Formats: sequence, C-alpha cells, structure tokens
Amino acid sequence: MLTRILRLLLPAVALGVLAPAPAYPQQPPASEVKSEPKPLEVRIGLITHAVPPPPLYDLLAVPEDEAVAGAELAVRDNATTGLFTGQSFTLETTTLAEDEDPVAAARALAEGGTRLLIANLPGDALLKVADAVKDKGVLVFNVGATDDALRAEQCRADVFHVAPSRAMLTDALAQFLASKRWSKLFLIVGPQPGDQLYAEALRRSAKKFGLKIVADKPWTFGPLGRDRSDSITRSDALVFSRGVDADVIVVADEANDFGNYIPFRTFEPRLVVGTQGLTASTWHQAQDAWGSAQLQSRFLRSASRTMRPADYQAWVAARMIGEATTRTRSADPVAIRAFLRTPDFSLAAFKGVPVSIRPWDQQLRQPLLIAQPLGIVSVAPEEGFLHQRTPLDTLGTDEGESKCRLK
Amino acid sequence: MTPCSRPRLAARRVLPLLAGAAALFAADAASAYTVYVSNEKGNSISVIDSATLEVKQTVKVGRRPRGITMSPDGKVVYVCASDDHTVQVIDPASLKILRKLKSGPDPELFALHPTGNPLYIANEDDNQVTVLDVEANKVVAQVPVGTEPEGMAVSPDGGTLIATSETTNMAHFIDTKTNKIVGNVLVDARPRFAEFSADGKHLWVSAEVGGTVAVIDPQTRQIIRKISFKIPGVSKEAIQPVGIRITRDGKKAFVALGPANRVAVVNTETFEVEKYLLVGQRVWQLALTPDEKLLFTTNGNSNDVSVIDVPELKVVKSIKVGGAPWGVVVSPQ
Repeated sequence: MLTRILRLLLPAVALGVLAPAPAYPQQPPASEVKSEPKPLEVRIGLITHAVPPPPLYDLLAVPEDEAVAGAELAVRDNATTGLFTGQSFTLETTTLAEDEDPVAAARALAEGGTRLLIANLPGDALLKVADAVKDKGVLVFNVGATDDALRAEQCRADVFHVAPSRAMLTDALAQFLASKRWSKLFLIVGPQPGDQLYAEALRRSAKKFGLKIVADKPWTFGPLGRDRSDSITRSDALVFSRGVDADVIVVADEANDFGNYIPFRTFEPRLVVGTQGLTASTWHQAQDAWGSAQLQSRFLRSASRTMRPADYQAWVAARMIGEATTRTRSADPVAIRAFLRTPDFSLAAFKGVPVSIRPWDQQLRQPLLIAQPLGIVSVAPEEGFLHQRTPLDTLGTDEGESKCRLK
Repeated sequence: MTPCSRPRLAARRVLPLLAGAAALFAADAASAYTVYVSNEKGNSISVIDSATLEVKQTVKVGRRPRGITMSPDGKVVYVCASDDHTVQVIDPASLKILRKLKSGPDPELFALHPTGNPLYIANEDDNQVTVLDVEANKVVAQVPVGTEPEGMAVSPDGGTLIATSETTNMAHFIDTKTNKIVGNVLVDARPRFAEFSADGKHLWVSAEVGGTVAVIDPQTRQIIRKISFKIPGVSKEAIQPVGIRITRDGKKAFVALGPANRVAVVNTETFEVEKYLLVGQRVWQLALTPDEKLLFTTNGNSNDVSVIDVPELKVVKSIKVGGAPWGVVVSPQ
C-alpha cells in the first residue's frame, strides 16, 4: 500500500496573521467573501488501485498515478481559491496493490478524520467501501466505476457518481450513430463481465434511439489485441465478420483485449465503435475546446503526461468538493452533500456547459466526448436530442425509469 | 479587458467634433473607424473599415491571437499572441509588428491603464496578473490571483484593476498604486469578462458557465444585481455570457451570450433585458465605435463578425473574417 499526502496549507500571510504587508491577498472586508475566523482545513481522501496492463498491452499501460494526478491538480486549484477564502486543502492518497483490501484502507482514512473520499475502484469494491465508512458519515465520490447497478438498485445516499454510467456511454454513442443515420449495428461482445454489461447497455441504447442490432456475436478468439496479421486466428476472425450487412461494428471489450484487432481486419470495410475505435468518454487528450486547453496544459505541466478520463473524473470530484466548500464555507459532508444536490450547484468543467448532479441517483450529468484515438469527432448530447429538463438528461437513466431509492 | 475603454475615453473628447462633422457632411465621413479583429485559429488580424463594412486587409500575427486593444492615442495595437507567450505591438498604419512585449506565459486578455501605460495582462496558466510597462518593456509587478485569470478591467479613474479568475470564480480588486489585492467578490461559475460603467459606479462581471452577469458596486464591493437571461427555444446551458459593453450615457449594456448566438440588450437602470439580437455562432467579444452607432461582435464558430446598428438595435451585416474570431477593438479616430 502506497500513501502520499499533498498538503496545501494557507500561507500565514494570506490570513493576515503576520503583521508585515502581505504578499498575498488580504482579508477582504466583511461585506465581501467572508473568511472563516479560523482557517478551514478541507481533508480529502483518495483510494485508488493499481491497474495491471492487460497481458498484451504494455503499449497501453495505465500510469501509476492515474486519477491521483487529476485529484492533485484540482486540490491545487482549490487551494489557490482557498487563499482568498481562508481554506486549506489536504489530499491523502492510498494506492492499493491488487490483493490489498480497499475496506481496510477506507477505514484507516476515516479513522484519521477523512470525511470526503474519492474512490477510483471497481464497482464491488466501491460498494464495500461506501458501506464500511457509512457510520462515520463519509461522503464518497465514485470516479472509477461505470456499473449502472450502482446508480439503480445498489445506489447509496452518500455516494456521488462522477464517472459516467455505461448507459450514459452507450447512449452517447447511439445518439451519434443515430444522428449519422448509421443504424445497422453488428455487436461483438467480449467474455468479461464488464463486456456483458456494456453490451446490455448498448442494446438498451439502440432501442432507445431507434438503432437496429443486425448481428450480436460473442468474441471467442481470445485476446488478440497485439497479434500480427499473420496470426493463425486471422482467417477465423475475418470470416467471423463476413456477410453481415451492418453500418458499423460495435465492440464491447472493456479490458482492451481484442477491440483494437478488429478495425481493418474485417471482410467488408466497416467502421468500429464502442470500447475501441470511436469511443464515448468524459475526457480525451485531443480535447481543447471551451477553455480546456488551459486544463490540459496545467495537467501536462504538473503530471508530465496527458490527462486521461480517470484523471479528469478525479479532478471533477475534487473540484466539486472545492466548489461546495467555497459556497457553503464548510467542510461538513452533510452540508456539502446538500449543496451538491441543489440546483445552485453547477461546475465549470471545460465541456461547454455546466455540469450538475441528478438528484434521483446522484450521477453527475455531463456531456461526453465522441472521439477516435487522436481526435474529437462529436460531443453528446447530439443536436436535436431534447429533454424537458436539459439535453444532458438524454444520456443515461432518466428520473422516471430510475430504480434508485436513495437511503 | 477593456480593449475599447481607452479608445472610448479618447473619443469622449472628440465626439462633439465628430457629431458636428456628421451633421455637416455625409454620415459615412463621421464613422470611418478601423476595426481590428483577432482570429484565434487564423493566427491573423482582420482589418475592417467601419464605413464600408468590408475587410480591407488581413495580416499575419503570432500564434493564437486573442485579447486585442489599442493605445488611447490610436498609435499602436496590442495583441496577445497566447501560444507565442508574448504581446505583439502593431503599427495600425503599416500593420507591421513593431515590438514584442514580455507578457509572461500564455497571455489571454489584458487591460490598458487609462493613461496608456502600464498594461495589465492575465497569465491564465500561472494564476497571476503581469503589470507591464509598455514603454520600457519591463515587468513592474506580478500579482498572484485565483486560478485561470481572464477578465481584466481598469476603473475609469485608473485606481482599481479588476481581474476575474475563471476556476476560482472571483473578481479580484487590485489597487493599481500598490499592485496588491484589496478585495475579492465571489461570483457565479467561470467569470470571463469585467466592464466598468463610464461613471465608474458599476462593475459588470459575466459568468459564462453560471449564465449570469453580476452588477457590483465597486465602492462596497457588493453584488447589487444579478442578471439572468431567458430565450425561448434556447437551452439554459447554451446561454453563456462573455463580452459586455456599456454605452457612455450609461443607458444600455450589450452582453454577448456565446453559443446562444445572441447579444442581449440590457437596460442599465432597470437591469431588465430589453431585446435579444440574433448574431453569428458563439459570440464572445464586442466593441462599439466611438460614436456608438455601431457594435461589432466576434462570432467564433461561424468565422464572422456581426454588425449591430446601435440606435436601431438591428443586426445590419455579417462580415466574413479569419478562423475563430476572438477579440475586437475599434480605432479612436
């Protein structure tokens, strides 16, 4: 277990504690932004887990500080604001090895006084963590798990979901395909549980947006992600795609095992979308619209690599906490939860429109980027997909169909 | 930024002459100003004649030009070349780049002191404002502010500098004598732009993501009014206020509403929106001619500039310019 602590305490001068002329902003008059009489310390915990690269994919190795680098940047952003509001921020990060228990780590953070916890964990681990620290009044921000069940039957009142649900991801892609009138889909589903869930979400999205699944086949050729084209399985995989009259192939391969093998190896010329090829995501290295060039360059400078979706999601989670503490002048998880659930909460998240929280399942509503590996193609919700509340609610599970009963 | 506030102040003195000229001669003669538009993706400046409303010339400048302003005497144009980390000084007559200034990294927007010096530059990546002596090309001070400073404005008396920080969501009040922050006002999400009324009694700050404009009393530093916008058929999220211009008589304010593709006309006494004018796509910045007969808007997504007839409150023309027009300034003469 690795821990690292980023502590951004308020310089004494910022509070006017030291007599000499402050180099930093002074205490504003009472009529303005009111500072706490004492500096407010906002402690944020982050639990993340080491993700081993898929066996064939050292090319796509997950950086060791994935999510952590995003949260740290947001905590620095929050701390800059804290100079003017009298708030300091601490981020305590625990990175778990594969066999380590997230519950023990969460309990340790809670024992140490952390009440705001960002979790970059798989769905089952997230639930265990949330339940284990519930009696301590810890508010959990899910930045890693896309499972729809976490926003439905298994939803929790003290968990906010910053990561998009699978339903949001597949709705975004389906809207794009519908707007292009590429309506005949050939779905290829991987063997992992996540692949099955992604495929289920995709089937629902296809129905919702009037797309037709003309073929639905499991992938049975194993992980071929880096196979050369003279591989023995090449002919099988090629025959596999033959004779299906589809506009696009949709792959469900969350582990990156085979999705990248499919483009250009099909019998007919076919575009590939889904978990590889053209994807839906919260963030992308090529994203530079709506001021996001600034966020990208800040991240690049501090982390020496490009920002990944998990980094962005952790950044948003820590900024949600920062925004709530600025507006409520409190680090109390009860006050923060209440504020985040109100229409008063909206965050500038570099996606062109403010992001906010769906009160019925505490999912962050946000635009999703439709992108190929080195370029943005579109942004969902697509033009023309309307909703009585906000177009953003055309992505994912709407209030009326939600199975979440928060408790 | 107040790219236009200096020309406007200068124009205040010459306006009676111009008005007289307009009465005596053809209307065009009075309104032959030059309009400079920075094209963020075109890496160029489009030069428009306000009488003919045609692009006279397009000149190459540094990479990613955004904020643009002119000296009060109209002798130089300043443009932020953000990706070249410099402010370029351009001769409006020859349109040649005369000098490059030490702007600090990633300059986005700036405001010139009413005397024409110094220049206050928002360094978006570094959470600071650079105070630059434009004559000596020397950095006088660097003032730490909130995350992602952008909007810049100097009070008409030159005593107060405003910097808005987009991620911290504040308008910072900086004393221009000491270059120190003297106060902060929390506004709605992503404040992009600040503009003083000509009498200095009101400060308007737009919040792009919050969708509002806060009107602040600079004396008490209290928000006295928050203006929201509602346009039938346009989603709430698409209403993103950025550029603001207030007429000299203090009666009307124009607010550019970004992807709502509209400019709101606000009555500055009642703070009610009187009209929405349909312009090009993603309208960000605005500039009035010194005679306040025309308002130019930069429409970043349709690569054009809309021209609004101010007395009639009508859009009279759209002019094709370079890629992603960002900032606009009108010459004082």
